[in-house]
Amino acid sequence: MTAPNHRWRKFKNAFMQTLALACAILVVAPLLLVFYHLVVEGFSSINLAFFTQLPKAVGEKGGGMANAIVGTFILIGQAALVGVPIGVLGGIYLSEYGGSKFNWWIRFAADILNGVPSITWGVVVYGLMVIPMHGSSALAGGVVLGLMMIPLVMRTTEEVLQLVPGGYREAALALGISKWRTIVQIVVRTALKGIVTGVLLATARIAGETAPLLFTAFGNLGWAHKLTEPIAAMPLQIFNYAISPYDDWHRQAWAGALVLLLLVLFINIGVRFLTRDRFQQKS
Amino acid sequence: MTTIENTKPEIAAKGSLKPGIGPAHFGDRAFEWLTLIMAFSVFILIFVIGYELARGSMPAIHKFHWHFLVSSDWDPVNDIYGALPFIIGTLVSSAIALLIAVPISIATAVYLTELAPLWLRQPLIMFIELLAAIPSVILGFWGLFVMVPWLHVHCFPALREVFGFRMFGFHVFPIFQGQDYGPCMLAAGIILAIMIVPIITSVSREILRSVPGLQREAAFALGATRWEVTRIAVLSYAKKGLFGAVILGLGRALGETMAVTMVIGNAPQFVPSLFQPGSTLASWIANQFTEAVGNLFYSALFELGLVLLGVTLLVNIVAQLLLKTFAGPSIKPQH
Amino acid sequence: MATANTSDSAALTVRDLSIFFGGNHVLKNVSLDIAARSVTAIIGPSGCGKSTFLRALNRMHELVPEARMTGGIRLFGDDIYARGIEPVVVRRRVGMVFQKSNPFPTMSISENVTVGLRLNGARDKKFLVQRTEQSLRMAALWNEVKDRLHAPAISLSGGQQQRLCIARALAVQPEVLLMDEPASALDPLATSKIEDLVRELKKNYTIVIVTHNMQQAARISDFTAFFYLGEMVEFGPTAKIFTNPAQKRTEDYVTGRFG
Repeated sequence: MTAPNHRWRKFKNAFMQTLALACAILVVAPLLLVFYHLVVEGFSSINLAFFTQLPKAVGEKGGGMANAIVGTFILIGQAALVGVPIGVLGGIYLSEYGGSKFNWWIRFAADILNGVPSITWGVVVYGLMVIPMHGSSALAGGVVLGLMMIPLVMRTTEEVLQLVPGGYREAALALGISKWRTIVQIVVRTALKGIVTGVLLATARIAGETAPLLFTAFGNLGWAHKLTEPIAAMPLQIFNYAISPYDDWHRQAWAGALVLLLLVLFINIGVRFLTRDRFQQKS
Repeated sequence: MTTIENTKPEIAAKGSLKPGIGPAHFGDRAFEWLTLIMAFSVFILIFVIGYELARGSMPAIHKFHWHFLVSSDWDPVNDIYGALPFIIGTLVSSAIALLIAVPISIATAVYLTELAPLWLRQPLIMFIELLAAIPSVILGFWGLFVMVPWLHVHCFPALREVFGFRMFGFHVFPIFQGQDYGPCMLAAGIILAIMIVPIITSVSREILRSVPGLQREAAFALGATRWEVTRIAVLSYAKKGLFGAVILGLGRALGETMAVTMVIGNAPQFVPSLFQPGSTLASWIANQFTEAVGNLFYSALFELGLVLLGVTLLVNIVAQLLLKTFAGPSIKPQH
Repeated sequence: MATANTSDSAALTVRDLSIFFGGNHVLKNVSLDIAARSVTAIIGPSGCGKSTFLRALNRMHELVPEARMTGGIRLFGDDIYARGIEPVVVRRRVGMVFQKSNPFPTMSISENVTVGLRLNGARDKKFLVQRTEQSLRMAALWNEVKDRLHAPAISLSGGQQQRLCIARALAVQPEVLLMDEPASALDPLATSKIEDLVRELKKNYTIVIVTHNMQQAARISDFTAFFYLGEMVEFGPTAKIFTNPAQKRTEDYVTGRFG
């Protein structure tokens, strides 16, 4: 004997399930739409000139984003110099040393740092570096991105090191290998793939950051000849072109956005591909 | 020629264990100190951030005191600054974003953990994580050139039709009155929603996954339908954690800059209509910083940054505590 | 509390050893002498402290937070707990093999064997190659892997991996080899290979082996110590412990009345 509200319950069940599926589709849609429009609008503007030429004078047609592409790599390189050593070593401390209370506070602080708005980082480094140095610089841009990397890399490094089974540490110590060598040459070596993954993902994150660069690296329509000069970067250039009134700059912004998105997606997907075996989790 | 016997590196000869500080001991201490200092840097960074913002804000704080937080005047010519429109703008845009994003995110999280066929789960999860990886400026760019024009033509007029009616000469829903010119508060709310959906979804997913299977089994055993199981056994159990996920999304929305500044119109005002341009704390700082002239102008912007930091820090701490107390260290907040 | 027969060829002399983890009194006043070039088995039910005792012999118990010990242990006359003695130095003289084999996954077979030497500064390639072959032969693994020394260590079977771990421990030429249930995760064939190996090794090494398998203890050991609830109940020649134990608790355990 079925309950009187049985059909209603069945209907509600089917309705809710459909609704949930619709939401899932809705969530995926923007990614596909963004990609679609970038390709449609930007693909035709990607040519050799785009990669090799500097921007032309304001308002003129043509030119490229060579300086922004190089600038992005220079900034990422500097950022890695700051963020990777501090982040990885800090992550090692969290995983291998320290007391549980102290480490809890460090993790908490790192998570808080991860929540600091990126524009705030820019304002802070502006005060720290741009004002004393009397101007924007590539250095300031590299530093702000590097500082942003620290809490990211620290947490991912810690997590990955925690996954290394304790048996390896024990075996190494039992061989009379000192603790620091055990950590560096056994534990970190075992977790290296994961640590590199974390660093790459953090790099992809900061490669797309614009706000912190607005008044640190500032942007440059030409080459930066010294690290103490302002420097162009892809997200900055895209932004400046996008809000400008020039159609040709808009066209190039599409191309730049496509290239930047491909770079970021490439790193993300590549990392996922390389760590595939870890990702067969049951949902 | 080395024989096997006499090449023991550093190993004490049989019968003598050398006491004292050896090279191993020094290496261990040095390495521990090195990593400790690096880990400690997070505390230093937090301090530096707070200090720099406070230091830069001092002139403005001295001049305006707490009036800064409630004044709507933004007048660089006369050097008078007030943060109210931006504070309201930040709250309103984030509220819109939450209203749109939370139901969709949680429904998607439910779909992923409870309902989706297994083969679909990993691809969907990957898509959502890739959505999170899209740089803010690209999303803003797309928002400005594709989404806003589309909304202007297809969405806003409809909203105005449905909600923009008057009764007795007054707009019943003043938030939907007036003509829009593209970039506006509502557009900012929508683009923020797109940006915070991935983080709310993925954290919610982790929360739902951590609900013990026993809860579900008990509900199934009572003859509940899938939806009822989800509602009764999963969602209500996970309420606290889900709330934490939402707060985390809010924290993300509050600080978002680039996408917002490209679609919000950047007007230092707050008016009831969502079709009007406005500003948030973050978008205004981005918009004005390079044009700032004079000490007080900069200081006012620093103070906006300080307010923004205070608000986001508070929200993030609440979120962290909620998540940690719900499920312990197993939940990793996505960034 | 039983004491061992003192012998002037004692490799390890343990006197009044007590170990505490925080407030837990895990080992209570254990004293015995481990004879050199013999196999001493440590048996007892779960939780009796036999693994803790084993780990005290190479100071591995110190890895547990809030670990404290009283009493003394001497290795061929040297006090291994003397002030200023680094645990690292002790562990080069007292090696250990674990229950779950754990060859380092990022290293090849030969790299695993020499890791203890290399990470302590040994660099001479010829020396390392010689020591690799010597250790693998001693671990009865040489013939099976001599053609693939550069293959990843994890490509070996479970039993082979355990013998690799033994070779790795032997490569640093310890004087004593501690084994914590080395065969419990292995099938009977691999287990018997390990047992044969132990019989060979005792010609040159002092071996202390913890096992929950009484038949194994009876098969391969010369002396046996029976632990119960943190105390050492009885210690003596294996034959005596299993056929004519002095203590009733020992007799109850070895005859299977409890386990």
